Amino acid sequence: MPVFNQSRKNVVQLMLVAMFLIIIGRLLVLQVFTSKYKILADDQGIFRKVLYPERGIIMDRNGLPILQNTVIYDLMVTPSKIRGTDTAMLCAILDIDTSEFKKRIVAAIIKNKSYRASVFEALLSEEKMAKISENLYKFSPGYYLQERPVRKYPFEAAANVLGYLAEVDTNFLRKHLNEGYVAGDYAGMTGLERSYEKVLMGDRGIEYWKKDNKNRLTERWENGRFDTTATAGHNLYTSLDIKLQEFGEKLMENKLGSIVAIDPKTGGILAMISAPTYKPQLLTGAERRKNFSQLFRNPALPLLNRTVSASYSPGSTFKTLQALVGLHEGVITPDFQVTCSGAFYGCGSGRPMRCLDIGTFDLRNAIRLSDNTYFATVMQRVINNPKYPNVDSSLAVWDRYMYAFGLGHRLGVDVPSEKKGYIPTPAFYNKSFGEGHWNYCSFRSVSIGQGEVDVTPLQVANEMAFIANKGWYIIPHVVDSIDGGDKFGVLDKYKERHRVIDIPDSLFDVVHDGMQAVVDGGTGLGARVKDIQICGKTGTVENSIRGVAQPNHTFFCAFAPRDNPKIAIMCVIENSGRYGGTYPAPIVGLMIEKYLNDTLASIAREQQAEAMSKLNLIPSRINQELRRQDSLSHSKDSTYLLSKGYIKLIKDTIGLEDSEDDEDLRRPKMVDNRNKKGKEKDTPKQVQVQPAILPDKQKNTQPDSSKNKNR
Amino acid sequence: MYQKNPSITKGIDWLMVWLYISLILFGLVCIFTVEYNTNDDVLQTLLGFKKEYSKQFYFFIISLVVAIFVLLTDSKFFTATANLGYAFGILLILATFVVGKEVGGSKSWIPLGFMNLQPVELCKIFTSLALAKFLSLPETNFTKTKSQLIAAAIAFAPAILSVLQSEPGAAIVYFSFIIAFYREGLPAIYITLMFSLTVLIIASIVMPPNTLLIVITTIGAIFIWILKRKIKRDKSILLIIVAAWTLSVGVQKFIVPALFQSVLKPHQVVRILTTFGMDDYQFKDSVRNVAIQNEYRKLGTKKKGKDEKVESYNVKQSKIAIGSGGFTGKGFLKGTQTRGDFVPAQNTDFIFSSVGESFGFIGCTLLMLLYFGMMLRMVFIAERQRSTFSRVYAYCVTGIMFFHVALNICMTLGIAPSPGITLPLLSYGGSSLLTFTILIFILIKLDADRQMVLR
Repeated sequence: MPVFNQSRKNVVQLMLVAMFLIIIGRLLVLQVFTSKYKILADDQGIFRKVLYPERGIIMDRNGLPILQNTVIYDLMVTPSKIRGTDTAMLCAILDIDTSEFKKRIVAAIIKNKSYRASVFEALLSEEKMAKISENLYKFSPGYYLQERPVRKYPFEAAANVLGYLAEVDTNFLRKHLNEGYVAGDYAGMTGLERSYEKVLMGDRGIEYWKKDNKNRLTERWENGRFDTTATAGHNLYTSLDIKLQEFGEKLMENKLGSIVAIDPKTGGILAMISAPTYKPQLLTGAERRKNFSQLFRNPALPLLNRTVSASYSPGSTFKTLQALVGLHEGVITPDFQVTCSGAFYGCGSGRPMRCLDIGTFDLRNAIRLSDNTYFATVMQRVINNPKYPNVDSSLAVWDRYMYAFGLGHRLGVDVPSEKKGYIPTPAFYNKSFGEGHWNYCSFRSVSIGQGEVDVTPLQVANEMAFIANKGWYIIPHVVDSIDGGDKFGVLDKYKERHRVIDIPDSLFDVVHDGMQAVVDGGTGLGARVKDIQICGKTGTVENSIRGVAQPNHTFFCAFAPRDNPKIAIMCVIENSGRYGGTYPAPIVGLMIEKYLNDTLASIAREQQAEAMSKLNLIPSRINQELRRQDSLSHSKDSTYLLSKGYIKLIKDTIGLEDSEDDEDLRRPKMVDNRNKKGKEKDTPKQVQVQPAILPDKQKNTQPDSSKNKNR
Repeated sequence: MYQKNPSITKGIDWLMVWLYISLILFGLVCIFTVEYNTNDDVLQTLLGFKKEYSKQFYFFIISLVVAIFVLLTDSKFFTATANLGYAFGILLILATFVVGKEVGGSKSWIPLGFMNLQPVELCKIFTSLALAKFLSLPETNFTKTKSQLIAAAIAFAPAILSVLQSEPGAAIVYFSFIIAFYREGLPAIYITLMFSLTVLIIASIVMPPNTLLIVITTIGAIFIWILKRKIKRDKSILLIIVAAWTLSVGVQKFIVPALFQSVLKPHQVVRILTTFGMDDYQFKDSVRNVAIQNEYRKLGTKKKGKDEKVESYNVKQSKIAIGSGGFTGKGFLKGTQTRGDFVPAQNTDFIFSSVGESFGFIGCTLLMLLYFGMMLRMVFIAERQRSTFSRVYAYCVTGIMFFHVALNICMTLGIAPSPGITLPLLSYGGSSLLTFTILIFILIKLDADRQMVLR
């Protein structure tokens, strides 16, 4: 062969080298200069498996678990493996027909492909679970049971305090962006479950798994080098006395209202009853959704924690505080006397503020018999005190007292959705009447806890603790300590005493005298308990909804025993009718006896408790509303009850935190937020120029709005 | 006894042997890294003949035995039996039409019990030998058309048969003999023509027909303008240019569309089109259009976005696996993509993706150095032969190797169509391994006897 072709070997070599360079160049681009393939590969090749730790348990003050974990089961299906199983039998157990069965299988295939397991029926009821596990061998391998931890409530009590868990929504995810939540997770939505979410949740673990092309997990990635283990949530020790809570819930059956009991020495909440309540189990497990919508639509608002989310005019319970202000300001002395000839005429014309017992009273008896004229006079003296240049400044001084007593701002309890209540400010009246166009007579009804004053039951109970402690309180709280220490410092603010204004003990003794007289021989006789010195105060608030008068709200608040107080308590019953001494006082008496003596002294007392429990005080409007809902089967437009105020309350209860909440919780003391008050827009503007004491106009944004007539 | 005989090892090019062994071990590691389960006993599974790495290990041992037999054979045997062997190879291919076993859609395998044999693979050896034999004949002259035709017939007969078995991938490799032909004096015009034709065909797939027509016409006009003086002297040049233009337009306007519209099978059309990232080729026949769409679906392509290219699932996964390897790779047994079975055929045609994922750019470069080092070594060996037979044979082996490596790797990197050809010595499979072992060791044996003049 010709030799001249030898040079062609260079061409061949060149070709080889060129190809080599092309391949290397392409590899450089793919492997070194492009990063998207790495992401794509991790996306499809690595699975982040989240390990859910066991949620923390909640204990009562005696160490009894009141919120635990249990396991219920989901029935899972792998559609590619179900051939040959007894479909008819399964359908019979689950009580579905074949078309529903097919629908679910198709849905499962669409969602997860046929070779991966999907939920066939979530959260099996106990009955179905038993039947299926009995016959599970007949359904495997296409079906299997997957356990899922859920909450368990051994006492069926304190639903509103404990709260419930629900699947997080997009809104929640946006707010808790970097806290490791993903869609499908459960988080605490109300109650302690929500306030202590971080603590109860524990730390999630992550396992990295390799997946194959069918999305099945094959083995641990890097032998688990980057995995983190889950650590269980911390347990909460609360100050709740679950027996007392149960007892209180029983007493409040068939009523709307609440009871709050606080240990005045620690600020720990002993019982927090909001009636009507619901069985906490209803919001776990299989029927959760259905139950929730039922509870949500119930016009009696069982999901509302009335102890913190409802507010009322305090009525006569307010008078004890007025006495303190008057004494401390020096405008009255314990022996100061006022004569009531039937009404308070201190403002001359206009409708008088009536009193029920005609006569002359000193402070002790004024408290004992809840004399309106006396306290109207006391506040008049406070406001018209010549020490202060004008009404503006004297009302500001008065406001300072109220804030110091824990009113008009959120106390900062560790149960979410706390309302602020309201204490009227000079700015508010300046706006309502115009600057300089108002005086004491414009708002004299405030002196007896009517009109623009608004308090939550928790605030009233705290006020009792304040009086019991003679001048200080610790922010009421449910949780005393956290297992494993308080890492987030959430409990710090529940350690300090709030003594904003230094009032001498002697002044409190006078008020205590009056309050003891209430129970020993005054309006609160019904609260008497043998061998226990109880100091109490009744309250009765007239109210109306949209101009239609409703039965009175009735109050009773107390602390006991008088020396070395162990319990400060308040009870409110909405629209019960009658007076504070009629229903709430005996309830408070029974609660105090139950807590201090651990049991009721006699069978007679037990019978009284039983009778109180059976007593139905639910206003007829609720029953009407229920019937209405039943007949309409939907309630959206028909619940006039769910007017703005209540819907807002529901949202507060079930919704997610609003930023204001956090802000307030972070602030340890709220001594003065008058300026903030002045800016508030939601406050009722219907206050009339006329200094009416018994006006027809109502604060109609609030169904529990109330006017006048105290006892 | 024989091993100690100096005549076996004498003159052997040890570099080739070591390159050969390194590549096979590389392949074993790659199959192992994909298949090995952390719980398995390494030795037991390696000897168990259940896993693919175990089988490949046995194929390796068989290949070594065969290699020794090849080295023991007198090199004159290869020249003497070249034509006979070729006839045998053709017969084997024909036999598959009768006793063939269907594997992966083509009936080109003969079951031997312990393994399946693909005659088209094996026939590469016989064809190389037969071509070497023919080109080393004194009467062969590559400038003569007759010699060209006979050589082409020898080279392409197995290819045509394998196309008939619907195994076009294997057929493409037979074009590799053109490298040997070129070295032996095939006029360069043929290479130029082939190259131009390839460019023209690709252009007619990728470009809109009328644009291409304008481009071809413009090129023709430019040629006429440049050569206008010569044309004045010799009118036949004009004639050639016009003929070339007519031919190009014919290919572009009629032959390529005809291929796509009716001749090629739907899956072949789709494979070609996806290589160019296309899914909007217009088909006149609606039945065919449906069939084509089905093929797209089978390949797992997604409809093309605005600036996206259509990619088959295989190629996309392969690119993800290789790309995610990065510079240093994820490490031995740590590839998430290849171990998760994301890349189809990852032990055979797409084995390069596990190299890329596990060992990264460094590993890939090392492998490429081994391959191209081996091929350059073959060229070096070819050029030191005294006998034309050995030289032609060496170039044939180089060509086959080159086509396999280049096409396979370009396919896994997404820059060439996937014709389904193996990566020599790495891909799992006895047929391929055995074929390349014999090809390489015959070369080594011939090289060892390079002092002899073989005909």
